[in-house]
Amino acid sequence: MANLSLHKLTKSYGKVEVLHGIDLDIKDGEFVVFVGPSGCGKSTSLRMIAGLEDITAGEIRIGDRVVNNLEPKDRDIAMVFQNYAIYPHMTVRKNIAFGLWTSSLSKAEKAKRIEDVARILDMTDLLERKPSQLSGGQRQRVAIGRAMVRQPAVFLFDEPLSNLDAQLRTQMRLEIKKLHQQVGNTIIFVTHDQVEAMTLADRIVIMKDGHIQQVGTPEEVFYSPANTFVAQFIGAPSMNMINITGGGEEIRLKSGGSINPGKTTQDGREMLLGVRPDDLTIETDNPIVTGKVVVREPLGSETLIYVNGPDGEIVAKVPGKSGVLVGDDVKLGAAPETLHFFDTETGAALL
Amino acid sequence: MSLATNPGQLPRASVNAVFATQTKKPANMGQILRWMVLFLGGILMIAPIVYMISTSLKWPHEVYNVNLIPEEPTIENYTYVLEDGRFYLWFVNSIIIALITTVSNLFFDSLVGYTLCKFRFPGRYIVFIAILSTLMIPTEMLVIPWYTMSQAFGWLDSYWGIMFPGLMTAFGTFLMKQFFESVPNDFLEAARIDGLNEFQIWWKIAMPLVKPALAALAIFVFLGNWTAFLWPLIVTNSVEMYTVPVGLSGFGDEVDVAWELIMTGAAISTIPTLIVFLIFQRFIIRGVVMAGLKG
Repeated sequence: MANLSLHKLTKSYGKVEVLHGIDLDIKDGEFVVFVGPSGCGKSTSLRMIAGLEDITAGEIRIGDRVVNNLEPKDRDIAMVFQNYAIYPHMTVRKNIAFGLWTSSLSKAEKAKRIEDVARILDMTDLLERKPSQLSGGQRQRVAIGRAMVRQPAVFLFDEPLSNLDAQLRTQMRLEIKKLHQQVGNTIIFVTHDQVEAMTLADRIVIMKDGHIQQVGTPEEVFYSPANTFVAQFIGAPSMNMINITGGGEEIRLKSGGSINPGKTTQDGREMLLGVRPDDLTIETDNPIVTGKVVVREPLGSETLIYVNGPDGEIVAKVPGKSGVLVGDDVKLGAAPETLHFFDTETGAALL
Repeated sequence: MSLATNPGQLPRASVNAVFATQTKKPANMGQILRWMVLFLGGILMIAPIVYMISTSLKWPHEVYNVNLIPEEPTIENYTYVLEDGRFYLWFVNSIIIALITTVSNLFFDSLVGYTLCKFRFPGRYIVFIAILSTLMIPTEMLVIPWYTMSQAFGWLDSYWGIMFPGLMTAFGTFLMKQFFESVPNDFLEAARIDGLNEFQIWWKIAMPLVKPALAALAIFVFLGNWTAFLWPLIVTNSVEMYTVPVGLSGFGDEVDVAWELIMTGAAISTIPTLIVFLIFQRFIIRGVVMAGLKG
């Protein structure tokens, strides 16, 4: 087990730079999730750590070794792929045994390790089966087993759950988290699913267009997003963004209400007010948003309402029994401490 | 194609059989037409084989009569061919040459095909085009340079001389390259992380995944070399080095061709090809289906 650090990690394909100098330190035993939309460079970063892609510039350290020029097998890593990549012509036992290809263990020790891994992953009965006889979840477990048996310093997961159906995904997510608590290895996990990122991570790395947008615990990125991208990427439904204009200590809103940003704002300066749907409540005293309900999506305990008003379409999550109907005029407010302010130009968080 | 469509239609046919007992509805026209075409095709395929076997059972004087059932069937020709020691020699020569060529093609064609498919290196495309373009050169044009080469290197009248032009083929390389396209890179990367070297990845991971293609290639190459005539005829001089087709063509004397003996030898020499085909046909049919799916 070991720390892992990326220093000014850069990747170019020809003249196109896709990763623009990533800096990141990952502590021993940490579960780090890279998340971002497709093409953000998260998988590329992972593959560079694995040694499957060349490094254009920068440095990767695992433990105290610079691994830039090491073969994947010499980096003390193991990887789980999106489509499992377990060898279809071999039994589960042989598949897992391939993880020990380079190991110098004796035959008996190898067999014992395989048995141990099978027991932890609860697939002792499946060892003699071929992959074609396994379900998607079982295949993914074999892939994880092949990685585990190496006892690597760092586990790399490349969107391992995206091929599974929703129910299985939730289940495997839980299993991976339990596994991490049990074995305690450093894990780097790539996904485009923010729910997966939030639920699994010790720390989340949010990426976009080859840049890191923010690194932080799930709570940090949710409650203190660094910019509008993070604010809208994390949390579902996305954070609402409302155009406002600064005006001293109190800002008047189109809804007729007013808010106090907690700091003097430049008069006439364009800003974005961010408010999460969950933080909006129906209230008439000092509304932030007003408008007519155009769509209603009941989710059971909660209902999403889409409100069309002077600020455009705003989503709010209201209690399932609130009785709001399509066509109703509503006024929505939010506690001052739940509001976020962003620079219109740069998108960076203000205050 | 017929192999692929027939199983799909089987359930419908049987459903018809169950529900049509009372009305006796005739099979639809398309079906009848298809069967007729298949039947004609089948006849065309089987006719030469039937004629070959029929001729092999005739006495010399009856050979030029076009009747399928010999008037006085005889196995005299078989006794003659099998008792003639030369036939054994040719048979063994053919077996050795076809087997070695097949193994060599399976190994080298897939090695080169894999490399062209899975590795990015400068000039890769040019190499591929160069290999492909050799497909356009007819054998008839090549035999003269081959012969000159063989003469220069002292390969005339030897196994090596017969085999060397076919130890690797452009067609096989192309076929294998296309099939390796269907092997996901994730398998290879997983193996790379597991610590296999590039040769082991090819041999242990990629090759087992293209078994159908290997089976198809094995059949093509084996048949091609087993029936090869022109080059073995040119490169061999001594009767002991002849292959079966070359040897058979020499049956008879200057004025007369002993067709009944040639046909007997031909009939015997179809046996190994039948065996090869029976072993690999399961794979080849699957291979064709797979090739269809992958586009």
